[in-house]
Amino acid sequence: MEVFTSYHNIISPLGFTSKENYSSVLTDKLGVKPCQYGKQNETFCLSIISDEQLNSASQKIKDAVLFSKLEKLSILSIQDVLDQSGISLSDPKTLLIYSTTKGNIDLLGNSIKQSISKERAYLSSMANAIANYFNAVNKPLVISNACISGLLAIITAQRLIKAGQYENVLVCGGDLVTEFTVSGFKSFNALSPNPCKPFDARREGINLGEAVATLLVTKNKNGLPNSSMQIVNGASANDANHISGPSRTGDGLFKSISQTLKNNKVKIDTISAHGTATPYNDEMESVAFERAGLINIPVNSLKGYYGHTLGAAGVLETVLTLEAASHDQLIRSAGFSEMGVSGKIELIKEHQTSNIKTFLKTASGFGGCNVAALFVK
Amino acid sequence: MELIITSYCRIKNNRIVVKGVEVTLPKQDVPSYFFADAYKHFEMNYPKFHKMDNLSKLGLIASDAALKGNDFLQRNKAETTAIIMANKASSLDTDRIHQQSINDKDHYLPSPATFVYTLPNIVIGEMAIKHKLTGENLFCICDAFDAQLLIDHTQITFDQETKSAICGWVDYDNGNADSLIYLVEIASDSIKNTNFIPLNAAALDQLYK
Repeated sequence: MEVFTSYHNIISPLGFTSKENYSSVLTDKLGVKPCQYGKQNETFCLSIISDEQLNSASQKIKDAVLFSKLEKLSILSIQDVLDQSGISLSDPKTLLIYSTTKGNIDLLGNSIKQSISKERAYLSSMANAIANYFNAVNKPLVISNACISGLLAIITAQRLIKAGQYENVLVCGGDLVTEFTVSGFKSFNALSPNPCKPFDARREGINLGEAVATLLVTKNKNGLPNSSMQIVNGASANDANHISGPSRTGDGLFKSISQTLKNNKVKIDTISAHGTATPYNDEMESVAFERAGLINIPVNSLKGYYGHTLGAAGVLETVLTLEAASHDQLIRSAGFSEMGVSGKIELIKEHQTSNIKTFLKTASGFGGCNVAALFVK
Repeated sequence: MELIITSYCRIKNNRIVVKGVEVTLPKQDVPSYFFADAYKHFEMNYPKFHKMDNLSKLGLIASDAALKGNDFLQRNKAETTAIIMANKASSLDTDRIHQQSINDKDHYLPSPATFVYTLPNIVIGEMAIKHKLTGENLFCICDAFDAQLLIDHTQITFDQETKSAICGWVDYDNGNADSLIYLVEIASDSIKNTNFIPLNAAALDQLYK
């Protein structure tokens, strides 16, 4: 059975639809900006959705006061995809998968207004609130698997549809920039004060970003948008090496790519890498790509525009690559100027048009997890 | 393809049951003592254990107990062994500790050793490292133990390259440990000679009860 990507949405500081985001990126707008953040008032480069952007968009939400920032953004993103596609979550053949690392983690802090129950810090409670807004008949599924959550959710959607469990799966990924995550990554010395530079010789760490992205995955061939591609295959794998450090030999990523491409001998036209801009991660990815024979293929990381959006990243980056592929457009890997990894890979230095029939999307995360997926027109 | 459960370990608060047999530990009210006693009892001999958070300790004890006394790891390939877990509280037990460390601007002391455990799938990573398992991974969150959800995700993983799996529920919240970890294999004549349990929702609910 064939499974396809369908309508989609991205909400970020660069826009509230996929098209707005795509235009922003093509005109080299960056979501990441230097900000004073947190109780320590330190300066970091972060990509944050402003209250003005949120409040003006939230007027469309019924009883918006009952929802947290992440819930509002998720409702807006899902609503856009439901409106475009005409599907409904009250259809028993449609499932909502929510991908996140920290959900409403800001509710644990003592600065949040109390109109929202602390119970919603539980991820399933948050997902239920979102699903109930749309009168969903199926219980939403939450996937929380570090930074591979979003792409793992897309693969899970494809597998559930192939197994005949659903006809449509709406995959929504979301995470916020919070003091929780900023302080944590800061304690790792992983935050860059400047816009991040994935794969560059002078990369100095990640930027955190917030975003919500939604992708409809379906078996129905009729009424698909221009950007639709087939989700051919995908696989996850563990490094079994270290919980916070990537494998130096890229074992898990190599394995997930090999397994994804096994039995699919297609030419890969471009790769949307994870590319967080930490020294070890990017080096590992380059080694894994080279080991998998993926040399001389244009590669980008979209983290230079959005920062690392954690549980949203896999969905956001897949959606933006789908939109770009529908225009046969390669997107410049923002922040990259001088090669800073040992694996032989080709970073995209300027936006350019190129025939794109296929792309590979990858992600890696804490806990030693890695994932890859193959998309074909 | 018929999937079967070849071993399991149920931990509910301070009670451990391995394949139907209750393990007797000294009575302890403090969770960390319980984990230390279980560590000794199962002769885990794995110093990294002591640096882990409660969720990872719970998962390691339960998976080690399920793996003890059988040759699951010998008869199954590491690269086709998946780890599929679910819980309710995600990593909230450790999230609260990290949040405490940043609540007060004058006692602001976030620790990387704590922060790294603020993801639920770290327990999968710890199991993968300890047993060198490089297969597929998935961590799901749901309201309560959901046998059918676990079975569905196990099934779609076996539809791929997976040939065996460590699966289950591993939840630690407000001092309460609650886990059921079980080993899944494809039924074959040689395995069927041993005691096994069919993988279905009724059987899982019975083990979780």
